[in-house]
Amino acid sequence: MSAGYRLQKGGLIDRKTRLNFTFNGQAMSGYEGDTLASALLASGTRIIGRSFKYHRPRGIFATGVEEPNALVQLERGPRTLPNQQATRISLYDGLIADSINCWPSPDYDAMSILGLFYRLIPAGFYYKTFMRPATAWRFYEYFIRHAAGLGCAPTEPDPDHYDKMNAHCDVLIVGAGPAGLTAALGATRSGARVILVDEQDQIGGWLLNENRIINGQPSKEWLNAAFLELNDTADAQILTKTTAFGYFDHNFIALCEHRGPTQVNGNGLSRQRIWRVRAKQVVLATGAIERPLVFADNDRPGVMLSGAVRAYAHRYGVAAGRRVLIFTNNDDAYRTGLALKEAGVAVPAIVDLRHDPSGELAVAAVRAGIEILDGSAVTRVLGSRGVTGVDIMNLNNTGDGVIGAPRRISCDVIATSGGWNPTIHLHSHSGGKTIFDKRRGIFLPSKTTEANFSVGAANGTFSLSDCLKAGMKIGKQAARNAGISSHNRRKAPVSIKEEEADSRLLWIVPTACPTSHKSRHFLDQANDVTVSDIQLAAREGYASIEHAKRYTTLGMAPDQGKTGNTHGLAVLSQVLGTEDPGETGTTTFRPPYTPVTIGALAGRDVGPLMDPIRMTPMHHWHELAGCAWEDVGQWKRPWYYPQNSEDGLKAVHRECLAVRNAVGILDASTLGKIDIRGPDAVILLNKVYTNSWESLKINRCRYGLMLSEDGMIFDDGVTTRLAKDHFLMTTTSGNAAQVLEWLEEWLQTEWPDLRVYCTSVTEQWANITICGPSARALLLEFTDDIDLTNESFPSMSMREGTIAGVNARVFRISYTGEISYEINVPASYGMHVWTALINAGKKYGITPFGTETMHVLRAEKGYIVVGQETDGTVIPSDLGMNWAVSEKKDFIGKRSLSRTNSMRTDRKQLVGLLTENPTTILPEGGQITAKQTLSTPTPMIGYITSSYYSAVLGHSIALALIKGGRELHGDCVFVPLEDKSIVATVINPIFYDIKGERLNG
Amino acid sequence: MYLCGLLEPVPCGLSDTMLSKSMQKYSIYALLRNALNFHENWHRAWRSPAPKPEYDVIIVGGGGHGLATAYYLAKEHGITNIAVLEKGWIGGGNTGRNTTIIRSNYLWDESAAMYEKSLQLFEGLSQELNFNIMFSQRGVMNLAHSLSDMRELKRRVNAIRLNGIDSEILTTIQIKELLPIINTSPQSRYPILGASLQKRAGIARHDAVAWGYARGADSHGVDIIQNCEVTGMLRKGGCITGVETTKGIIQAPKIGIVAAGHTSVLAAMAGIRLPLNSYPLQAMVSEPIKPIHPCVVMSNAVHVYVSQSDKGEMVLGAGIDGYHSYTQRGSFHVVEGQLGALCELFPIFSRLRLVRQWGGIVDISPDASPILSKTPIKGFYINGGWGTGGFKATPGSGWSFAHTIARDEPHELNAPFTLDRFVSGALIDEHGAAAVAH
Repeated sequence: MSAGYRLQKGGLIDRKTRLNFTFNGQAMSGYEGDTLASALLASGTRIIGRSFKYHRPRGIFATGVEEPNALVQLERGPRTLPNQQATRISLYDGLIADSINCWPSPDYDAMSILGLFYRLIPAGFYYKTFMRPATAWRFYEYFIRHAAGLGCAPTEPDPDHYDKMNAHCDVLIVGAGPAGLTAALGATRSGARVILVDEQDQIGGWLLNENRIINGQPSKEWLNAAFLELNDTADAQILTKTTAFGYFDHNFIALCEHRGPTQVNGNGLSRQRIWRVRAKQVVLATGAIERPLVFADNDRPGVMLSGAVRAYAHRYGVAAGRRVLIFTNNDDAYRTGLALKEAGVAVPAIVDLRHDPSGELAVAAVRAGIEILDGSAVTRVLGSRGVTGVDIMNLNNTGDGVIGAPRRISCDVIATSGGWNPTIHLHSHSGGKTIFDKRRGIFLPSKTTEANFSVGAANGTFSLSDCLKAGMKIGKQAARNAGISSHNRRKAPVSIKEEEADSRLLWIVPTACPTSHKSRHFLDQANDVTVSDIQLAAREGYASIEHAKRYTTLGMAPDQGKTGNTHGLAVLSQVLGTEDPGETGTTTFRPPYTPVTIGALAGRDVGPLMDPIRMTPMHHWHELAGCAWEDVGQWKRPWYYPQNSEDGLKAVHRECLAVRNAVGILDASTLGKIDIRGPDAVILLNKVYTNSWESLKINRCRYGLMLSEDGMIFDDGVTTRLAKDHFLMTTTSGNAAQVLEWLEEWLQTEWPDLRVYCTSVTEQWANITICGPSARALLLEFTDDIDLTNESFPSMSMREGTIAGVNARVFRISYTGEISYEINVPASYGMHVWTALINAGKKYGITPFGTETMHVLRAEKGYIVVGQETDGTVIPSDLGMNWAVSEKKDFIGKRSLSRTNSMRTDRKQLVGLLTENPTTILPEGGQITAKQTLSTPTPMIGYITSSYYSAVLGHSIALALIKGGRELHGDCVFVPLEDKSIVATVINPIFYDIKGERLNG
Repeated sequence: MYLCGLLEPVPCGLSDTMLSKSMQKYSIYALLRNALNFHENWHRAWRSPAPKPEYDVIIVGGGGHGLATAYYLAKEHGITNIAVLEKGWIGGGNTGRNTTIIRSNYLWDESAAMYEKSLQLFEGLSQELNFNIMFSQRGVMNLAHSLSDMRELKRRVNAIRLNGIDSEILTTIQIKELLPIINTSPQSRYPILGASLQKRAGIARHDAVAWGYARGADSHGVDIIQNCEVTGMLRKGGCITGVETTKGIIQAPKIGIVAAGHTSVLAAMAGIRLPLNSYPLQAMVSEPIKPIHPCVVMSNAVHVYVSQSDKGEMVLGAGIDGYHSYTQRGSFHVVEGQLGALCELFPIFSRLRLVRQWGGIVDISPDASPILSKTPIKGFYINGGWGTGGFKATPGSGWSFAHTIARDEPHELNAPFTLDRFVSGALIDEHGAAAVAH
């Protein structure tokens, strides 16, 4: 053995490529092919960090996703990543890693003082204290929060980006170990389109950690051949560094692929991408995860999973220690002993809970000269900062106690195995059931609810030769189930089967004194949950596994309890006296299987792409004109167009006066437009609008109110009859999609017999509205085929013709009270017509105006805005709009209008408000009271819905909803604010041109 | 420093009358005492009795609301012969699945009164129950991203203040000062224009609320019966007389249904069709990190809500899935959308990882307000329709439902939340009014 712990030979590492890295500021090195964990082990680093609760020293425990202890903060600066498992970090040159949850260093941690008080802080201790004085929780919480929390978030935005992919396939295979690979070979050879996914950076699964013989050749050669075959198959896609993390309804699987050259960056590519795969068939070859034996102080640095110790030797050429003691209840751990022995590492003993282990592997171990201590247990671990030795005692007959004198053996690593848990997470995500195998003490997948198979170790098949056979069979079967009819008769590869004896299930390894009195048996090392915590939970009545989990936090750390949950469950069952952990049941497995980057799940839907920006055809003109924007749903609308150094208020004054005195131009293209066609179009309109539509003549327009079932105003707009069976409905800008959905929902669910089609044409038309006294004169210059006189083109009608050389629909609809033309032209001509009008309109003083001016002008006229004068509680009569409600016909919401509450006279009604001081603008959202003197709670009689300064009136105006408001005209009401109360007089909500004379110019 | 918490002042003035005699008191001294004997003498927090054939009151549903109802029936009204029937494990429904936000900044007077009562009960609940529910009054911020958001926000803050509840408006600069990690760039897709802040609002440990009430109710003699599913309702004439369960028939003259997403299913067994729709609502947590997010943030336009648990996880939630369901899981794209919103508001969270994601079933009424009411069947009471916001109401809901059952008439707090309102039209519409769309 060389200096450090690197073995002389072996492993899949490239010993020619040395990689330098830094751990806690200390320069170290490893090889290409190492993980951070293997490189740290090779360097002899034992303590990686401190534990979550007790701040106990912890080292590397495992070799993959199951690692509970060896968490680091990877890199510093904007690319830093907290809580990264060292076992999952592929080593790269220049890597910087630091310990977490310790200060000043993992070797000497100030908070380890908590360990001294461990008896005071068992599971759930915080529910029993920190209650006095009542106000002090904030103080306690401050310290608790700072003690908890592991690593640190980056402090800067993510410099990397992420992508999404969508894919379909016949067979998705999760896991490229022996079972998954043969399944992939079986399925592709049958002609299925296959996606094979594996979380590691190469295919092989657990085989990468072993030296086995397949088809008479070393397993690595068989892996290469399998890879080449799949790689050459056009219909097979291999995704490595890709984790299938969630299994959703209808065989929808979410994958996360890592693409960057290192864990922390994307290097120009997206760092990671999410695959959304819909598969006809899914094969879950997700393998198994080893579980430790639960013995006293089983969390000491140097206590490792047996399989992990073997993996470090075989795959990375690293000896986990110089003297490795094996502690097992099964035959598999003997392979570790044999492998170490072969590599020249001392194996002082294999401690086996079983009596007389007699399997092939045990015989081989004896032949190799390894001492086997059967019927024995490790009862004590020496060395708090790293294993230095163990005490071993004989088990009594029942296995719940130890007898005889302890024997001390020195060692620096304990390789422990308590068997292997099938990885059933994805099966469980999909809604599949599980069954407990009492003999082997494992949960197996049983009934599935989706089109999937579990195969190999994930299905409890642990021998290599059986996995190869089962994988091939299931691969072919999945292809057949996916509808691939061609047969392939190729046989599965073969491997010699090593017969293994049964394991001995002993969920808690006893010690000389009662469990947990002097030592602690850890179940969940990531959250510091011990056997006594589970026992305490059960004692206190948290007896459901879900209660025990929540009370003790078992399995709730980022590793989701991959090494500890089954033991936790079994211990709970034992305390409760139910022999069968299957009866206690598992907690529900939740996606994701392993933690998934939030940015990857967000994908490209961040920053400017978070939500699409909708732009009208004239958007860029507004932009050049320097308008201020208002977000209206997804639309950007010009709010106002400030000139020179004008502020918003002044700009709006100017725009308002221009419309009242000359002509204004508004981009109203965002208005929702729904094309409604079919012989039953009138019937539909009659059902969804409050007023009647039969009598509407062709080319005439009508305003309509739409109610929800509860009678509340939901949308409004003007609908025009274009032909007998053809209407154009307009909706509010923000509600266009909801209105179309509303129509479709009724048509598809309640009135499928109606012969009518609704199509959104919002974006097909530009709507350019010109209004004001000079509007008609301006439009005259642009058309010679539309007669613009009031007689032939009256208000609330539509004419088709040519405007500026473009076929147009011109509507005489006014939202400002002025004569107004809404010129609709195909969207691509919008800019042409807009600029033509602007240029020609200069002599009339044409002024572009935005949404704010539009709102002031409509408020002067007392016109409502749905969503401003309404809030889902307003019925038509509240707004004085019963004129728009038919009494003769039925419509959605009609019945609700006759409910007692709808008939009340003290409902909130729309009124106008005037302040004494003409320049005082009431605050929108101000609440209204009837009395000036206030005590809380104060009865409120209404609130201000809209409030502006009216330039044409020289006075502020406001609209409000006030209880029984129509009876209060002339009365004073009060608007109490934080620092003052404003008095206002209730008046009719029409402030300007009450007779409507300006409408016709 | 952390240990300061263990050195609590002597608990002077603790009114033990609120604790029943059978209850083993929790305190730092009790912890110390029990530490000496390896915590082997702790009592059960609640018993696990077999159901008796008959009770005075049966509460169907062992979530926070049901357990609180039983607790207040016993404590406030002296009715102790009560069974709480839970088909699974107590607190296993929405009580254990929500994002633990507690606030009372509601627009309508009726809602404000109910949620404020709850918040006030929460403020003393750890002491009352002698169970630390960790109510952390760290403040809840509701963001506004558009002019109409701002208008609505001001309306709400004005109303809330006039109702005597704390609420204030923050400028973008004030938001940034309080929460430096939030993205207040005017260049963002939906820039933050302002926020309302309720300082007394916050979060609590949701499981502890259920457990604390269970322990409190149990100490008054209430039987909490888990793994007991109600399969039928027994009626005689216009009166309820009992329930059929997987553990046999249990009789009682008064039955309260408090079963969230399954309330309508249970009511249907008694022949009442409730106007409730059940939808999945998803929530999730990130990996734990050191404290970085001091309050609770809710946004409607950039749809997500976020707080950081005491353990260090970011706790995330948002709107419901768009279809009806009784399965406690939702669709993947909803998660993707919420996390996009999260990255927009908090760009530094992009590199954190999602650790766990789950769903609950919420029951949504036509006006998104609860039904806490008598029914046409004598002795049959409904407490449901809390939708996405039930956790914060737990104490007030239980308190007023207990009153309704004990007196056979609603308390003035829940009088507006009748079943009749869907006939009369006296709705309390929180769809439009709530900060987060229901």
